Amino acid sequence: MLEVHQIFKTYEGKPLLNGISFKVGTGETVCLLGASGSGKSTLLRIIAGLEDAESGFVSFNGINLTSIPPHLRDFGLVFQDYALFPHLNVYDNVAFGLRMRRLPSDEIAERVASSLEMVNLTGFENRQVTDLSGGEQQRVALARALATRPRLLMFDEPLGALDRTLREDLLNELRRILHHTDMPAIYVTHDQEEAFAIADRVLILHNGEIVREGSPAEVWVNPGSAFVAGFLGAGNIFEGTYVGSSKVDTKFGILTIDCEHKHSKGENVHLLARPSAAEKEANVITGIVTDVIFQQDRFKVTLDNGLYVYLQKAPKVGEKIEVPLKVECLA
Amino acid sequence: MQSINHGDTEARRLFDFSVSSWFGRLGLWFIPFTFLIIAFFYPLARILVLTLDPQALTTQNLLLSSNVLLFTFYQAALSTFLTLLLGLPSAYLFARYNFRGKSILRALTAVPFMLPTVVVAAGFSALLGPRGLVHSLFPLSSFNFIGTLTAILIAHVFYNTTIIIRVVGNALSSLDPKLEAAARSLGADSFRVWWNVILPILRPSILASSLLVFLFDFTSFGVILLLGGSQFATLEVEIYLRVLRLPDLPLAALLSVIQLICTLLISLLYTRVVTRSTIQTAPRSAESNIRKPKTMREKVLITAFALLLTSFFFLPLSALPFRSFFRLEADRGQRGEVQYGFTTDYYEELFVNRRGSVFYVPPIQATANSLGYAIATVVLSLLLGFPAALALAKPTRLERVLDPLIMLPLGSSAVMLGLGFIISFGAWLSSPFLVPFAHTLVALPFVIRALQSAIASIPERLRQAAASLGASPLEVWKNIDLPILRRATLAAATFAFTISLGEFGATLLISRPEYPTIPVAIERFLSQPGGLNYGQAMAMATILMLITLTSILLIEKFRIPGSGEF
Repeated sequence: MLEVHQIFKTYEGKPLLNGISFKVGTGETVCLLGASGSGKSTLLRIIAGLEDAESGFVSFNGINLTSIPPHLRDFGLVFQDYALFPHLNVYDNVAFGLRMRRLPSDEIAERVASSLEMVNLTGFENRQVTDLSGGEQQRVALARALATRPRLLMFDEPLGALDRTLREDLLNELRRILHHTDMPAIYVTHDQEEAFAIADRVLILHNGEIVREGSPAEVWVNPGSAFVAGFLGAGNIFEGTYVGSSKVDTKFGILTIDCEHKHSKGENVHLLARPSAAEKEANVITGIVTDVIFQQDRFKVTLDNGLYVYLQKAPKVGEKIEVPLKVECLA
Repeated sequence: MQSINHGDTEARRLFDFSVSSWFGRLGLWFIPFTFLIIAFFYPLARILVLTLDPQALTTQNLLLSSNVLLFTFYQAALSTFLTLLLGLPSAYLFARYNFRGKSILRALTAVPFMLPTVVVAAGFSALLGPRGLVHSLFPLSSFNFIGTLTAILIAHVFYNTTIIIRVVGNALSSLDPKLEAAARSLGADSFRVWWNVILPILRPSILASSLLVFLFDFTSFGVILLLGGSQFATLEVEIYLRVLRLPDLPLAALLSVIQLICTLLISLLYTRVVTRSTIQTAPRSAESNIRKPKTMREKVLITAFALLLTSFFFLPLSALPFRSFFRLEADRGQRGEVQYGFTTDYYEELFVNRRGSVFYVPPIQATANSLGYAIATVVLSLLLGFPAALALAKPTRLERVLDPLIMLPLGSSAVMLGLGFIISFGAWLSSPFLVPFAHTLVALPFVIRALQSAIASIPERLRQAAASLGASPLEVWKNIDLPILRRATLAAATFAFTISLGEFGATLLISRPEYPTIPVAIERFLSQPGGLNYGQAMAMATILMLITLTSILLIEKFRIPGSGEF
């Protein structure tokens, strides 16, 4: 089990990681989700031993790794830009880590073959890595990391350089591979769809701290803060004043909210209105349609009061409509 | 829980091959910089001190210096003008037109730049000299080529046209053709398009390439001495004369300092022009404004110009090997029937220790000397260049200070380096060991640049990926850096080898008569009477040319694509 204890790190005098702690259990895939510049890649590099933390430490199975150099940590790392060795062919790239471990050549051949099979690249052994497409290169990088059967797999925005369809294909394969193996994994990304698709647990990083932690479903259903809800694109976020008995005074009028937290009268509350139409008509808000965007199975409709909703039938721009909305409180 | 880690710093530092600590940096710099201090800055200081000698700063000396300076400027300016005259249309030809044999012709124009000066001088001598091919074809013609200013100017054009072609050609081919279309649509005729649009955009590149050409013409030595003779006293030639023929070291020192100041000023100007001009280029596809000649007039003009270029660059280069296999005059002291025509005598004679041969050194011995010096230069410049390149690949403030100092030997001329060695290490002049050190000084900047860009081009990610796969720092160096750098190292080594083989100015001053190099031996043979001596000069120059051409091909093969040209 990997444990990260109270990591602090500053960048150009400003705190980048402000006391980060978390654990990754056997077979678990943890996703570090955050905007660019949130320090998630730095955290990964600290775990890999490529960078030093200013304080705090990383341990694996109870052993402090601080004095272990990266090549002895046995953590596999997959980079966004693949970092394949240009002077080696596919076979030698995948075999690299096995050779470093001085395995016998027949075992190396066996493991390279099975790794390449896992990423669907059987037959690519003698190809030059520089001749491969981006997707194929990333598969080689993945096979290279898998071949050594590391204690922990780490991915630093591994699909960031690929186009959309390739990304979805490779993401599915990654899911399959990670579910089939027992390897714990840390996956760094800024893309929430990617994170939700692959993670058992999501950690959202903001201002050097973990602001939300939980399974994808938990995080989505209960973002917990205006920042997380905004970052995930969960819906319309606005503020209101609590007036008592589940009612809030907002710029859209007095609304009834769905809330587990206790609020006192006059308190300022952050609210979330999801764009999907509510089943029971909790609140009805009227507005004039300013924009309609077709989105495959629905229409995204923007109103003049700034709200947006998803509707099955497209209204006309300029039309005055009523929409039923469920409003939740955020913490 | 707060645990400040320090136990791993040592391991990390080893791993982090970019060496971030001051201590590590100084360790890298220690040997290369010690070398530079001893071999360059100390001699330079000695020259400066000698200049302050009351013997140096006499009215007579200053008058002579200003005359020499004036002539140096005059010939360099004239050469640059003529180089532009041939270079600009050539640049246009290569940047805008596709025609058969274009890539070969382009490569041909680049060949002279890499050739040793003695080879170029021997080539022109073989073609146009009094014992050359043209003269033997038209024995009654009375034209003189060797020993004229024309010879110097033509050889300079021959050398440096490629600079204009590359620099201006690059600017021209990266020029957006839409600009021309826009200018035309706004009512400009083709002259106005050139005058108001294209030339102003090209001006920085023309200026930069002209300055570079001027710099090379200003410090030219071998061509002027061998083709013009010592009556054409440029700064370089005059320094050489004041060291070897009419010894006056204080005057030589004064001339060197003037020369150094001038080259530094020109380099400074060049750097300013280059940094300003880089803003202008916009990236776009290079192919779009290259086309085949269409109209009849275009076809005729382009064919004629391409033929002119071909003959200008090909004839001197081909005359040399041709002349080395053809007897056109009697050998010295040869009586009776003379066998004219094809002969391999000149090559066979290279192996003979003929009594009466210059200083009793057979030419093959000079070849052995040259090879020995070249190998020593390769080893020395790699040993010194590697640590410096390693440090420069990830520059800190220290490197930004040291970088121009490392490159300074480029700005000082070869003859000046020789003078500095003579003043500083006169006592060791009788040993053959000074020559490889002087050659290393010339080669080091090139070696460092070649290695530095290769080291910097290896992404740090590759080393991290290797480490995460279990490679120790040593294994990273062995399995990642070294294989990737192998080509660059070979290229740098070939560079050093070629530079050492062809180096003329410094070698002429410091090599012992009993240990001549190939260029020095060629110079001696050229100045000796008799067909056999001349023929041997031709043969040796041909061999040197072949070795250099092979090296150029090797460097091209090793070069990492896109790592820059000058």
